[in-house]
Amino acid sequence: MTNPAAAAAETHAEESAREYLAFTLGREEYGIDILRVQEIRGYESVTRIANTPEFIKGVMNLRGTIVPVVDMRIKFRLGEAVYDQFTVVIVLNIGGRVMGMVVDSVSDVTTLVPSQIHVAPEVGTALDHQYLIGLGTLGERMLILVDIDKLMNSTDMGLIEGMAA
Amino acid sequence: MTIDMSQFYQVFFDEADELLAEKERLLLVLDVSAPDPEELNAIFRTAHSIKGGAATFGFSDITDVTHILETLLDRIRKGEMALTGEHVDAFLAAKDVLDMLMAGHRHGSSVDRDAAVAVCQRLQALADGSAAAPAAVADTVAPASVPDADAEPVADTDDNFRFRVELPQVPERDVEALATELALLGSVSRETLPDQRTVFNLVTTEGRDNIVAICAFVLDPDALKITAANPAGTSADIAAPTAVAASVEPPPVVAPPAPATAEPAAEATPATGENRNWGRRATDREPVNAESSSIRVGVEKVDQLINLVGELVITQAMIDQRIGALDPIAHERLLNSASQLARNTRDLQEAVMSIRMMPMDYVFSRFPRMVRDLAGKLGKKVEFVTRGAATELDKGLIERIVDPLNHLVRNSVDHGIEMPEKRRAAGKGEAGTLTLSAAHQGGNIVIEVSDDGGGLNREKILAKARQQDIPVSDTMSDAEVWQLVMAPGFSTAEVVTDVSGRGVGMDVVKRNIGAMGGNVEIRSVPGSGTTISISLPLTLAILDGMSVKVGDEVYILPLGYVVESLQPAPVDVKEIAGQGKLVKVREEYLPLIPLYQIFDIEPAFADPSQGILVILESEGKKAALLVDSLVGQQQVVVKNLESNFRKVAGISGATILGDGGVSLILDVSALLRSSRQLSSDPVFF
Repeated sequence: MTNPAAAAAETHAEESAREYLAFTLGREEYGIDILRVQEIRGYESVTRIANTPEFIKGVMNLRGTIVPVVDMRIKFRLGEAVYDQFTVVIVLNIGGRVMGMVVDSVSDVTTLVPSQIHVAPEVGTALDHQYLIGLGTLGERMLILVDIDKLMNSTDMGLIEGMAA
Repeated sequence: MTIDMSQFYQVFFDEADELLAEKERLLLVLDVSAPDPEELNAIFRTAHSIKGGAATFGFSDITDVTHILETLLDRIRKGEMALTGEHVDAFLAAKDVLDMLMAGHRHGSSVDRDAAVAVCQRLQALADGSAAAPAAVADTVAPASVPDADAEPVADTDDNFRFRVELPQVPERDVEALATELALLGSVSRETLPDQRTVFNLVTTEGRDNIVAICAFVLDPDALKITAANPAGTSADIAAPTAVAASVEPPPVVAPPAPATAEPAAEATPATGENRNWGRRATDREPVNAESSSIRVGVEKVDQLINLVGELVITQAMIDQRIGALDPIAHERLLNSASQLARNTRDLQEAVMSIRMMPMDYVFSRFPRMVRDLAGKLGKKVEFVTRGAATELDKGLIERIVDPLNHLVRNSVDHGIEMPEKRRAAGKGEAGTLTLSAAHQGGNIVIEVSDDGGGLNREKILAKARQQDIPVSDTMSDAEVWQLVMAPGFSTAEVVTDVSGRGVGMDVVKRNIGAMGGNVEIRSVPGSGTTISISLPLTLAILDGMSVKVGDEVYILPLGYVVESLQPAPVDVKEIAGQGKLVKVREEYLPLIPLYQIFDIEPAFADPSQGILVILESEGKKAALLVDSLVGQQQVVVKNLESNFRKVAGISGATILGDGGVSLILDVSALLRSSRQLSSDPVFF
């Protein structure tokens, strides 16, 4: 028999455990909430949109839906922006809006409980502090957890009406 | 009346339901201490739209409540009054009452008139400030709120009401005038009382309000005594079928409780039970079961179908491309099957698209009644003409055109067409003509509301604009002045009437039409009338496009804007220092828009005489677009770029090509509009 308090704590921990999709940009490993990820697919022909920032690669056809694609490697100057058969696009669905995000590679899905997530330091990451949830530790690995909703809806990304100049 | 309005009741109810739900939602999220002006405006518009719809169908009880609601909201919206929690409570109560009234009209359920009156008084009290004089309340809501003493009369077998209108002492001339006016409402008989006063006995389908409204032109409505006349014999006629009609506006005193009367009636007419939801009139006059000939399907389902068919068309095009490379003799049977598939796909696409197309008649036939009622109310004579009612338009657009047209028609009757005396003085016939027309013009449908009234008054508009701090000058062209009418909050009407004149009309019209991808144009000649012309794309889903290539990129030009394409001789291209280039096409100089420059593309040909010029025309302006080559002409399925991305300057949408790639559709109007700026400022985006 386990004591009730411990059992309760365990359930609580399980409840608040969340799954994150881990991907790499340059030498850093990032994580985003798996529930925001619709699918992962290869990079294929993207139509350029004139007069947009360089990191907005353009739009692609995702089974009949026109989806904008951003390249995180260009946006955050991480890694090299090469496009080949290994280039990966993470298709996100944020508040009903579908968008694609090019990253270096996708590694796995990991489960983190709140105790594994630490407050991110003010400095030292390519992403602005306000877009981070924290740092997730998993043995030797460290995931930079990104608040993808906030990031994609931000003025910085220029994906949303009105905010972009 | 020959037009059967019942088919539109359901639409009104559905719309009103949505509006009420929206209003409730907005009210609930509203921050009382710091209300967002946009939200207040939105709430105001819901009330306004419901009022407009209710007035169209003659649901005067709903109109009365919304009118007061609107007045109050208007004052809050304009900052004349601070919003308090009390207001929000009253608004929510009004919403519930409207729900109830709506249900009354819709299902014939019982209506608590006292609640409606109470809400009207509550709103009015708020509008008048905290210490409202009860007298003022009674004045404003008079038509609806005096029901108990002399309730709405019981309808006779033909849906007619009998009224006894007792006039005060008035000159014979006025009595004659009134007799003529009232005769428009129904049959009138006249008798004279011993004290020389006149009494009209009126049999009409109209409500008490309209009688009061007409008499108000001649005499003080308070001095008027209108009673529901029930001559011997009529009461006996009130049998089962009419009980249904009565239950809609249940007279609290005269009739027994509504549900009780409605039930036996439902049994009496077999089809009533199934058709109830389609609005009351449907149960009375259309015993045919509407369910058997049509199905109500959610718009999302149809849209999904259209999307899927669009995909199918693309896939089919891909197959065509692949098998084009095969040896026709060895694969004859495959090729035959493929061409059959192509035919079937095209047919399927056409069939699916036609689901969304509806004749304009659906909208137009709402108006004769409204125009007639309005004209009667205002004492004007209006002849209503419709043209091109068979013109088809996308259902999505047709539903959204109703409100704007409603406003425009009201405006025309209220402000456009003059009173009969004035018309006679101006040498015109007493009856004004209001024309509603629809026609296809290129890739657009053009809907026009025109009247032969007084036309817009340039001076009055300019004066009003100055008063509202809108920058104007006397040298503005007429067209520019007319556009001012569509500025937010602008209204030249001197009095706020039940009909129009709150200034929400035209800006909402313009915004709604703009949101549909259309334009509003006003033409007006003083003394001979005003025409408001709305031009809309036929459908939002499919477009005839011309694909053009610049560098490695393919863009789609909507074919409707393309006049011709040509390759100019080098001598025809003139450069104006610092002003860009002009090209001479048949003695006409057109500005040249180099697409490669706008979209920052490495072109195959920068020299216009080597590339191709596509001459485009929009809103009367022409320009020549320089591209590398023409690729072809095809129907494309328009996809919205903004559903997942933001608006991009110069691009109106996107489409998927046969190879599965995405191609952008150019926004020709925007390109032409900016062609002038382009000459002075090359990086204009």
